[in-house]
Amino acid sequence: MAHGAGGKASRRLVEGLFAPLLFSSLSEALGDAAHLDFNGTRIAITTDSFVVKPLSFPGGSIGELAVNGTVNDLAVSGAQAEVMVVTYVLEAGLPTPMLEAEVRAMGNAARKAGVTIAGGDTKVVEHGKADSMYITTTGIGRPLQGLKVDPRSVRSGDKILLSGPIGDHGITILLARGELDLEADLRSDTRSVLPLVEALAKAAGPGVRWMRDPTRGGVATSLNELARDCGLGIVLVEEMIPMRDAVRGACELLGLDPLHIANEGQFLAVVAPEYADAALNALSLIAGGQDAQIIGEVREQPSGAVLVTTRYGGSRIVDMLVGDPLPRIC
Amino acid sequence: MCLAIPGQVVELFPDQPNTALIDVVGVRRKVDLGLLQDNLPVKGDWVLIHVGFAMSKISEEDAIDQMRTLRMLGEAEAAMQEVQGYGLEDAANTKAS
Amino acid sequence: MKFVDEFRDPELITRTSDEIRRLADPNRYYRIMEVCGGHTHAIYRFGLKDLLPSNIELIHGPGCPVCVLPMGRIDDGLSVAKQPDVIFAAFGDMMRVPGTQGSPLEHKARGMDVRIVYSPSDALKLAQTNPDKHVMFFAIGFETTAPSTALTLLRAKTQGIHNFSVFCNHVTIIPAIRAILDSPDMRIDAFIGPGHVSTVIGCRPYEWIAKNENKPVAVSGFEPLDILQSIVMVLRQLKADEAKIENQYKRVVPWEGNHAALRAMADVFELRPYFEWRGLGFISQSALRIRESYAEWDAEQRFHVPGVRVTDPKAAQCGEVLKGVLKPHQCKLFGRECTPEHPIGALMVSSEGSCAAYFNYEHRKTAMVTSIASVA
Repeated sequence: MAHGAGGKASRRLVEGLFAPLLFSSLSEALGDAAHLDFNGTRIAITTDSFVVKPLSFPGGSIGELAVNGTVNDLAVSGAQAEVMVVTYVLEAGLPTPMLEAEVRAMGNAARKAGVTIAGGDTKVVEHGKADSMYITTTGIGRPLQGLKVDPRSVRSGDKILLSGPIGDHGITILLARGELDLEADLRSDTRSVLPLVEALAKAAGPGVRWMRDPTRGGVATSLNELARDCGLGIVLVEEMIPMRDAVRGACELLGLDPLHIANEGQFLAVVAPEYADAALNALSLIAGGQDAQIIGEVREQPSGAVLVTTRYGGSRIVDMLVGDPLPRIC
Repeated sequence: MCLAIPGQVVELFPDQPNTALIDVVGVRRKVDLGLLQDNLPVKGDWVLIHVGFAMSKISEEDAIDQMRTLRMLGEAEAAMQEVQGYGLEDAANTKAS
Repeated sequence: MKFVDEFRDPELITRTSDEIRRLADPNRYYRIMEVCGGHTHAIYRFGLKDLLPSNIELIHGPGCPVCVLPMGRIDDGLSVAKQPDVIFAAFGDMMRVPGTQGSPLEHKARGMDVRIVYSPSDALKLAQTNPDKHVMFFAIGFETTAPSTALTLLRAKTQGIHNFSVFCNHVTIIPAIRAILDSPDMRIDAFIGPGHVSTVIGCRPYEWIAKNENKPVAVSGFEPLDILQSIVMVLRQLKADEAKIENQYKRVVPWEGNHAALRAMADVFELRPYFEWRGLGFISQSALRIRESYAEWDAEQRFHVPGVRVTDPKAAQCGEVLKGVLKPHQCKLFGRECTPEHPIGALMVSSEGSCAAYFNYEHRKTAMVTSIASVA
């Protein structure tokens, strides 16, 4: 199970097993989408599977996640999603209204994101498998002009930009499962980040080095992956990290680190310092970007790691998770 | 051991005297008041919560007192330095405050 | 967050750490032990070591209930849950702790019904909503948590909920502190006392540390200002050659403790004659078991428990690290065979165990400082 959680175990599975056997060229760091030359046309392609319990939660459902997740993977690779194909693995006995609701949700999300759903496949498995429904989406997109995303272009002094408050999705899901008996006025932040990425490209394109959507494993995992890929250090300023009170409260109560909690509507960008202010300004003017912040910068040290600092001079290393974040009482 | 968080009692239940709804910056949960039955909290009180049980009432007075003590740290030292500045020693030997 | 943010005020933190620097005698080396794993976690989370002068060393004590739990107890608990229609319920802290056949989460992946609960009362509720299953709550914790387990057992009895039992691993803090002080290779100057345990037991149980062992104790809260103020308090005592118990966490800790909590514990639990602590060996009168009057809700009485004893691999130096004799990175297995991903000892599994805390938060900082120093 730890291998699906997005952290160290997942990375080992991909790098250790899948990559050597399946991927022809290992020279590129594994990104969110592959940009290929297809008969003279540059296209971007990505795929993602969506497994969530409960299927439906405040702020969205698996259908929306499935569309937005793939749109976002393409967006942070520097591409605009154009078309998608979908596979459903359905559990026998799934009530039709439930399926219909998700299909509707996907349709709405696709329309909102400007994506055409070109086709798909459905399989039904035995009752007891598939947690009601698994969805896979494969998206194809057109690379955006003026953006080149490459962790190797990251330099010491670059700024780290975050599009908005962290933890909304992961905590919403945790609470929606009902096992912890907690209630809060929180919603998943699932949305397409493409409009924000486009605004960033327009205002600061030449200065954008790297982007990622911090989904499973949270901001900590994405930034640790970057630190490892570029061999530099990431230093964050704790007070600059935007977070809703309820996310903070839930994390304090359950002993969770917000930096490890999944987000479905945010992205991180590394921007050259001379473009950072323009980048932040551009995001803050777009609907949904008002909470964007510069949360830190790239430095030589601690090489390959992420350090979180506080105003009073204390600091701590924040690592990738091993498995899913678990509540604690100690 | 011991992750315990302050929360405010926002609702009591007359038919469940050992239960309260507490709020932690917008996150709410019912907690068991059984360990505070000798001194039950009322609505508005702040309690320390651990594994879904209220462990203790939080004294705002003691908290304010603590902050006051902490704010005074270093002020005694600063006052000392100031006094030295007015001393009768050679001005060159006196640390400027 | 009220009663939290005030105690994380950066200006006051700076002021308090300045006071620590002023108080620390440059010709003296101070070894201060924080007993409680929650304090260990807070020290690392808030980066408090960065604020202390180099002649103050914080030693991490044995107050981590997951860390001191022998592996055999996990095997025993899981063996009960292997039976059909039994639900294994425990705090999240337990889920990745390895038994000889794997951790609770690994057992879940192999088909066992394992649930994470935030509260023992949630485990009891599980029993109510699953009448054809048996819910076994694997209880851990010091005196902070034991009263809640006690009350839950009381409620199970009063409400006649029979498909519920507790596998009790509650331990008590004073014998652990005694074991530390009795250890021949120990030299501790003062203690930062466990603030949340003290909300239950009060401050009196520590008086022997001051009277008989002549060591200052500050019973401390868990926010940065609490821990720093506690260090100020013990430094002041050491400077004045005093040894007494001070209650830094006054806003929450009653000197006499919580009588309702102590009553609940006395009603439901009794002391075991002895109990094995991982890394510390057998300690007498240091752990709780469920009284005969609640035998029906005692998993160890209701089910056949193998009573497995598992010895730690000889190379693992958990005991010395627990006692503060060795620093985590001084253990031969640290960062090599033993990491948070594949822990050999429990100090690496629990997020508040010294080894995990050091690995997750610290050791790359040390490497960074070293590499900067070597470049300079």
